[in-house]
Amino acid sequence: MSADSTPSKETANPAVDGSELIRFDHVTKRFGTNTVLDSLDFTVSSGKHVTLIGPSGSGKTTILRLLMTLLKPDEGTIKVGGQYLTHEEKGGKLVPAGEKHTREVRKNIGMVFQQFNLFPNMKVLRNITEAPVHVLGLSKDEAEERARGLLDLVGLTEHIDKYPTQLSGGQQQRVAIARALAMRPQVLLLDEVTSALDPELVAGVLDVLRDIAHTTDITMLCVTHEMNFARDISDDVLMFDAGRVIESGSPEKIFTEPEHERTREFLSAVL
Amino acid sequence: MNTWSWDYVGEIMPQLLEGLWITVQATILGSLVAFALGLVWALALRSPVRWLTWPVSAVVEFIRNTPLLVQLFFLFFVLPSWGVTFGPLTTGVIGLGLHYSTYTAEVYRAGIDAVPAGQWEAATALSLPRRRTWTAVILPQAFRRVVPALGNYVIAMFKDTPMLSAITVGDMLFQANSIGATTFDYMEPITMVGILFIVISYPTSLLLRALERRLVR
Repeated sequence: MSADSTPSKETANPAVDGSELIRFDHVTKRFGTNTVLDSLDFTVSSGKHVTLIGPSGSGKTTILRLLMTLLKPDEGTIKVGGQYLTHEEKGGKLVPAGEKHTREVRKNIGMVFQQFNLFPNMKVLRNITEAPVHVLGLSKDEAEERARGLLDLVGLTEHIDKYPTQLSGGQQQRVAIARALAMRPQVLLLDEVTSALDPELVAGVLDVLRDIAHTTDITMLCVTHEMNFARDISDDVLMFDAGRVIESGSPEKIFTEPEHERTREFLSAVL
Repeated sequence: MNTWSWDYVGEIMPQLLEGLWITVQATILGSLVAFALGLVWALALRSPVRWLTWPVSAVVEFIRNTPLLVQLFFLFFVLPSWGVTFGPLTTGVIGLGLHYSTYTAEVYRAGIDAVPAGQWEAATALSLPRRRTWTAVILPQAFRRVVPALGNYVIAMFKDTPMLSAITVGDMLFQANSIGATTFDYMEPITMVGILFIVISYPTSLLLRALERRLVR
C-alpha cells in the first residue's frame, strides 16, 4: 500500500466491482412509539454514490446513524461487505454482536457530521492522525504523511497547526472530511454536511466532495438538501417518506420525471 | 480592653507563619487527594456495572452529607481503637481529601456531561477504543470546564483547614490558640489568622477568575 494519502483507486476499495456493499434487511427503528424506519430493505453497490432525499423526519439520517452504529436497529439486520454489523453468527444463530466484532466491521465506514464534531482540544493535524495511529496502528510519521496529503486534497495545508476553533465552519468541515478519509473507509456517510454552514462557505465543501466522488471509488451515502450537488454526484437517488423508500432511480429520472406524487411535491418544495 | 500591639504581632508572626505553612501543605495535599479520588468516584458512577455504582454512590452520599469535623474525629479518635493510626497531618489530609472528593466527583460529572454528544459520536465513527476516547477526547475537554469549579473547592478547603486544629494539627488556628493560651491575649493572634487567610484566598480567587476567562472562551 502506498503512503500516498489521496484515497486512490487501488487502496480505497479492494472490491470495486459493483457488488453489494451495504444491505438493509427488514430494518425497523422506533423512537418511543414513533416508527422512523418501517421494515426497510435496500442495498447499495460498491463504489456507488447514493443520495437519500425526502422530507425531514422521513428517516434518512437514521439510516446513516444505524450504519455508523450510533443507533441500534430494533428489528432486522444490516450487512456491510457481507458481514453483519450489529449481529454475529454463533453456532448457526444470529446474536447481538460484541463490541469487537462491531468495531471491525465499522472500521470500513467513515462519517462526516452536520456539526463537524472535530476534537477542539487537538490541532488540525492530530484530529486527522489520532484514529489512524490508535485504531489502524500506523506510525506517527505514516499518519502525518497521510494527513498532509489529505489536507492538500481539501486545500487546508496552511492550517495544519491551528485549532478547530480558529477555522471557519467550511474549513472545519473540510478537516472533518480529511479526518474521515484518513481511515481509508470503503463507505463515506455524509449527514447534511453543509446544513450548518454559512451560505458562502457551502460551495468550497461541495467542491471537495465532488472531487472525491469523481476521483475515488469510495462508496458514498449522502443525506443532503443540496439538490444540485445530489444531481452532480449521485448514481442513485432514493426518495424516502415515512420510513420507506417510495421511489428510487438515477438523478435524471428522479429530478426530471418522478413517478410518485410525494416525490413531485417534495421536489417542487425544495427546488 | 487591650490595645493593639505591633510588637506583639512581630513576636508571634514566626509561629503563625509556621502554622500557615502547615495549612498550605494540608490544602495542597488534600486537594490532590480530592482531585484524584473525585475522578475515581465520577468514573465509577458512570459505569454500567450496577454492583459498582450502587456502593460507590452510597459511600459518596454518606460522606457528602455528614460534617467534615465528625469525619475528622472519626478518623483521628475512632480508627485507632481498631488499630489504624495516622499522624495528625496525615489524618487531616485524608479527611479533607475524602470529604472534598465527594464534591469534586460532582464537578467532574457535570464537566463530563457538558462534553457534547457529537464528540462521543465522532469517536465512535473513528472507532477509537473506549479508553482512548476517554483519555484523548472526553477528559481533556471536561478538565478545561472543571478547572474553575475545582479551584473554588480548593479555596473552600483552605478555609476549612482550621478544623484540623481540633485533631491537633499545628495549623494557623492551632498556633494562634496556643499563643493565646500562654499570653492570655487572643486579639492579635486570632486577628492575624483572619488577615493571613484573606491575604491568600482573595488573590487566589482573583487568579482563578482570570484563569476561568482564559479557559472558557
